[in-house]
Amino acid sequence: MNLVYALEFPEISEVLVWPDVVPGFNKIFIITFLAVLVTVLIFALAMRKDPMVAPTGVRNVAEASVDFIEDGIVMQTMGRDALGWTPFLLSLFFFVLFTNITGIIPTFQMPANARMAGPLILALIVWVVYIAAGIKHQGLGGYLKSSLFPPGVPKALYLLVTPIEFISTFFVRPFSLAVRLFANMLAGHILLVTFAVLTDALITADTAALIPVAILPFFMLVFLTAFEVLVCFLQAYIFTILAAVYIGGSIHPEH
Amino acid sequence: MEAISILAQATDPADLKNISAAAGAGYAYGLAAIGPGIGIGYLVGKSVEAMARQPEAAGMVRTTMFLGIAFTEALALIGFVVFILLKFA
Repeated sequence: MNLVYALEFPEISEVLVWPDVVPGFNKIFIITFLAVLVTVLIFALAMRKDPMVAPTGVRNVAEASVDFIEDGIVMQTMGRDALGWTPFLLSLFFFVLFTNITGIIPTFQMPANARMAGPLILALIVWVVYIAAGIKHQGLGGYLKSSLFPPGVPKALYLLVTPIEFISTFFVRPFSLAVRLFANMLAGHILLVTFAVLTDALITADTAALIPVAILPFFMLVFLTAFEVLVCFLQAYIFTILAAVYIGGSIHPEH
Repeated sequence: MEAISILAQATDPADLKNISAAAGAGYAYGLAAIGPGIGIGYLVGKSVEAMARQPEAAGMVRTTMFLGIAFTEALALIGFVVFILLKFA
């Protein structure tokens, strides 16, 4: 009976906390600030080295990541003439990655993106950017025409297609972008908490026979922590590539 | 049977609300996971087929695969958010 009570899952207000580290500056703020600082530091350090020498250390990281964004994201989804978007996408990628990865770094143990405010602001930034890029490249009328009236659709079907396109382009896109990142990080966080609570409950169990069983959820916890590294990378990648696809769609309309 | 008798005993409105919220949350996530599960399985399977048939196009297929996964997965994640809202809100 005691065991059942011990396995009671903590309240959500216990799982997700962002206490004030310094009065007025909470944990999420510190993580977000550090994410920016680390990104700036990596690229500032990489910038100072002599460009003619083969890259080592932090410069290698910077060059590999720029290559990854250029070849893996910009070239695949937007084309060669959009390479100017690399800095924006690169900073987006690193910001999302570093705010995600704090979920598995001890002492932080809280992905900043498991708080809706972070993903929401990022999604709104992407939303503003792709609409602005569309208006800049095609003009307001041209952008609305290409996004609301996709070519190759029979005239009568526009009655159905246009409202759907309107909702999906201007409302569902930012919403799903934010919710995808938020829910993935929250789910990962809760999964880690579940197995940590289970391990703790078994180690402190009253029945002595149950204590060795704690090794099972503990191994699961270790495995899930490694899995979370993958999820952090993947979500940062997906967030960036979707931003690239949306921006690419508004600067190169379908014909 | 035991669970049913426990349910029958819970006449306190707050308990009933918690029980139905927990059950609803469970069903919400379980049902929301079916479609995306099938979808992602089909999507990745087809992508692997395409990559095996044409290894030189693997990079492009992989990018498109991740995009497709992101769109399919969104439905399951909305189900998860509903789960959180029902359970904890």
